[in-house]
Amino acid sequence: MVGAHRLTKRFGEFTAVDAIDVEVRRGEAFGFLGPNGAGKSSTMRMIGCVSPPTEGSLRILGLDPATDGPAIRARLGVVPQRDTLDEELTVRENILVYGRYFGLSRAQVNAKADELLEFAQLGERAGSVVEPLSGGMKRRLTIARSLVNDPELLLLDEPTTGLDPQARHVLWDRLFRLKRSGVTLVLTTHYMDEAEQLCDRLVVMDGGRIVAEGSPRELIALHSTREVLELRFAADDHAPYAAKLTGLADRVEVLPDRLLLYTDDGDATAAAVHGRGLAPLSVLARRSTLEDVFLHLTGRTLVD
Amino acid sequence: MAATTTPVRPHEGRLAGRAFAYWMANYRRVWRGTIISGFLGPLFFLVAMGFGLGALVDDGGLGGTGYVEFIAPGLLAAQAMQTAVGESTFPVMGALKWHRQYHAMLATPLGIADLVLGHVAFVTMRVAITSVAFAVVAVALGAIASWWVLAAVFAAVLTGLAFTTPVFAFAARQDNDSGFNVLFRFIVMPMFLFSGTFFPVSQLPALLEAIARVTPLWHGVELCRGLVLETATVAGSLGHAGYLLLWAAGGLWLAFASFRKRLVT
Repeated sequence: MVGAHRLTKRFGEFTAVDAIDVEVRRGEAFGFLGPNGAGKSSTMRMIGCVSPPTEGSLRILGLDPATDGPAIRARLGVVPQRDTLDEELTVRENILVYGRYFGLSRAQVNAKADELLEFAQLGERAGSVVEPLSGGMKRRLTIARSLVNDPELLLLDEPTTGLDPQARHVLWDRLFRLKRSGVTLVLTTHYMDEAEQLCDRLVVMDGGRIVAEGSPRELIALHSTREVLELRFAADDHAPYAAKLTGLADRVEVLPDRLLLYTDDGDATAAAVHGRGLAPLSVLARRSTLEDVFLHLTGRTLVD
Repeated sequence: MAATTTPVRPHEGRLAGRAFAYWMANYRRVWRGTIISGFLGPLFFLVAMGFGLGALVDDGGLGGTGYVEFIAPGLLAAQAMQTAVGESTFPVMGALKWHRQYHAMLATPLGIADLVLGHVAFVTMRVAITSVAFAVVAVALGAIASWWVLAAVFAAVLTGLAFTTPVFAFAARQDNDSGFNVLFRFIVMPMFLFSGTFFPVSQLPALLEAIARVTPLWHGVELCRGLVLETATVAGSLGHAGYLLLWAAGGLWLAFASFRKRLVT
């Protein structure tokens, strides 16, 4: 669906995307995970055929964005990072207007609007003006609108950023359904839980480069341990405690407010910590997440 | 691959009708208000300037033409300019920055040329509506008495177009709306006052007259006035129309470049 080879985007001196290789297969959900400024959105804009690559090759749906941009975009759905809804029009009008951009007839787009409004659980708000709707509803409308042309490939740039937890779960559910119906999803996120929930495969980006690639489970297995033990001590500086823990875990990460001990058995390690006479304020044994992978790969937490 | 799609490659600008359809859908919500102001504006202007002020200046140096007959075609061209500039400034910036309709369009098969041509077509339609409204009022008040008013409406639309495209290019290069204040105060307003709308530019000092004669508005005013007063020559009218077309075409070329620079990054 998407094939990028040494894909590069520069803005003047600044290199936003630095020679990345990406292959997205039909029917999968593929994620770009990384902090703000990692180059995720620039990559998405190139895949969306609105931003020409500076260097490298890019094929979308087997076509070249440089020459076949309109033909590719006719088969894409795009959910941009910032909504581009027409806030003065109604929910339904937004879908109608958008469908016309794809050359759908009035009758076609009318029928499609009913189906999409139901899918996005917006049927009851069809006649409402968009402006006063909640963030979650607007996001669902943006997604509904992006499906008006029955896209083969749906691009979602930070689909749930800024939404409350409940709205995010509703959205994830809708995206799952889309994936099950055969739509290929490409999304960016800086949320680990979102990537773990949605993505079959993902790449971790940092500073315009891809620093790791695989399924969430593969990445955790490869770059982290099975479990993580989190320790908090009654101190402003946790670094001195790290020295006292040598040998207890595969690896120790020092964060400003806690220590992370990478281990295959959190409870056993916790017992060993206590065995050394240390008394942390709080102890938490949990499974490894992509956050740990990211921390290991880049030396910092994901959400800055 | 979905069976419904064939890899067509539309020529740039061929899909402009789809962008135009958006602006029409948007206009459908507000058109009533614009129609009323479209009639009231010219009514106030013609009554105040033409009949009020005109009563004082008639029998002056206009060679037998009443003042209201003199300024009616001038105002026809000038209101076309003002509508065109108004519709090409804030709405363009809004579509770029505030409401971001252009961004929404660019995620679809539409390209830069479709965006620009579709929106310019909509502005041109707005200018046509206000020009027709003006002509109706002017004829009803007896300020215009010739059937050539029909041609003058086209001339007014062309005048509007000569402003629309350059202002599109200008608007797409602005980061905020402060540039529009400069445009209105130092370009549109002086042109409105000094480009032959209210008095012949021959009244101006030689330098200012020379400047006035290169403004698109002067050519629009002369074209409209020549038509409705039936004093125009074919060569003169074609000259004015050609000059306006040149501005429209040059502006369009600049607008394409500005939009591309702004939106395709």
